[in-house]
Amino acid sequence: MATLSTNASTSGRTRLPTILWVVGVILLALVPVLAPNLQLLINFALAKGLAVVGVTVLLRAGQVSFGHALFFGLAAYIGAFITAGLPGIDFFVLLVAGVLGAVVAGLLVGLFVVRYRGIFFGMLNLAFSMIFWSILEKFYHVTGGADGIRLTRPSVLGMSLDRGDFEMFLYYVSIVLMVGLGWFTIRWFASPIGQLFQTIKTNETRLEYLGISPQRALLSGYLLSAGLCGAGGVLMASAQGVVTPEYVWWVRSAEMVFIAVLGGAGSVRGAFMGALIYEFVRTYASAYAGDVWQMILGAFLLVIILFAPGGLIGLFEAIGGRRGKKEDRA
Amino acid sequence: MSAPLLETRDLVIRFGGVIAADHVSLTIEKGRNLAIIGPNGAGKTTFLNICSGWLKPSNGKVYFEGEDITPQPPRRIVSRGVARAFQIPQLFTEHTALENMLIAASARDRLRNPLQNMHDIAARDEMMHLLTMMNCSDVADRVVVELSEGQRKLVDIAVALALKPRLLLMDEPTSGVASSQKHEIMDILIRALAEADVTSVFVEHDMSIVQNYADEVAVWNAGNVQLRGTPAEVLEHPDVIRDVIGEELA
Repeated sequence: MATLSTNASTSGRTRLPTILWVVGVILLALVPVLAPNLQLLINFALAKGLAVVGVTVLLRAGQVSFGHALFFGLAAYIGAFITAGLPGIDFFVLLVAGVLGAVVAGLLVGLFVVRYRGIFFGMLNLAFSMIFWSILEKFYHVTGGADGIRLTRPSVLGMSLDRGDFEMFLYYVSIVLMVGLGWFTIRWFASPIGQLFQTIKTNETRLEYLGISPQRALLSGYLLSAGLCGAGGVLMASAQGVVTPEYVWWVRSAEMVFIAVLGGAGSVRGAFMGALIYEFVRTYASAYAGDVWQMILGAFLLVIILFAPGGLIGLFEAIGGRRGKKEDRA
Repeated sequence: MSAPLLETRDLVIRFGGVIAADHVSLTIEKGRNLAIIGPNGAGKTTFLNICSGWLKPSNGKVYFEGEDITPQPPRRIVSRGVARAFQIPQLFTEHTALENMLIAASARDRLRNPLQNMHDIAARDEMMHLLTMMNCSDVADRVVVELSEGQRKLVDIAVALALKPRLLLMDEPTSGVASSQKHEIMDILIRALAEADVTSVFVEHDMSIVQNYADEVAVWNAGNVQLRGTPAEVLEHPDVIRDVIGEELA
């Protein structure tokens, strides 16, 4: 599949000039001023984008997970349980606890699933996420069942913010996390451990004969991907103010893969770009096209796969007209 | 007296009704280049696969520097100092030749800094030197899929050497290489092995390579060592001429 053939030959750079990305981030930062009605929509997209980066990490190793909403939802529920038990707790406690919880869950699930590849890897991830979904649905006296749990608004560094200020704070935290975790992931891809991880896609035999356990190499990326999904989950829960089992539902996992392919499989920047465009298309298609919005999204993806196999990031690079030697679509 | 570098005792392995290793006992002393020859299906590659941990014998032991490595997975055996180069080069095809080397160096040095660019690791010059030594410096920045079979062979061996092994197991290092280049490649290889103080065991079908580059030759037949000696002794033996060299010429 052309969209998955990311070139792991890395320098950690992108073919689009850095200045364009900087301008993009500045424009995002100006949204609350220039287009405040888009702020929440973009906040959702950025939260989802972080989770999509998690899926993207695994795509770099040639693996597709159809169950990463597990970590997204788990972190969201951790946040919900903490705010329910400790009202007014600091947002950063939620964030750290959610990410840690996702990483620990990633370790437990990962120790099992990293033994498998391809469709088995994808389906086992799906199975774990659906087990968690069932627990959330069935243990309603603890989890709130299908109604979920409402989050009380957390404090921020000791301050109690009103709704508008908290949403503004959350928006800028999302941008900071997008830049910070995106940068970290790109660096990780280019690092020795990130490179070892990516060789799973092309030759596990050689990896074993370099003295490295392919399972451990895959687990390293799996933990990173779970942590990224966890960060996205906490942001989404905080932005929406409620968590439901839908956070873990398989459609949510599939959506992450969908967005990763749409953005340009294997690309961190593409993941955020894909999430932003996906949210816009989804929101406006569902508003103006009623029941057929999924069809519009499907057609949109088909067009991307057929005419821009490098995803949106590849398309933007082509528009940018910058050619040259193959470099990493980080 | 110190233990041999590699020793196998009574190795047995069967694939269905075929005995690929039939009570193989062999020692390899440090500093030697041992060639393994024999007809197809004699169990030569199987022997390398057992020694490198890929296959587990149903009977017998493999000792490296006196230590039993039989139950260990390949990665543990590699960590002890046994590297492997393959008949079909096993490289990371989406990476360049140099990146393959840098990944090998990263694995060897257990680099775990997630913020360091692999291209900046301290071993980069060392890896470039190895590629230069293997006559591959001009293809260092080319992606593996763009390399010729001969170049891939050399890079595959260079990757194995990057691990700084004490023993290198090679399966037909010159197969797939143009006849005119075989001796050139072996010249490079034997020089590199000597420079890095690496003992080697290599499976080979080309008798001129065996004659010119091996210190010792072991003749495999029906899963066991039929004969062992210097190239001059072995290659003139009537049984070898009849069973092995005759087949190669055919």
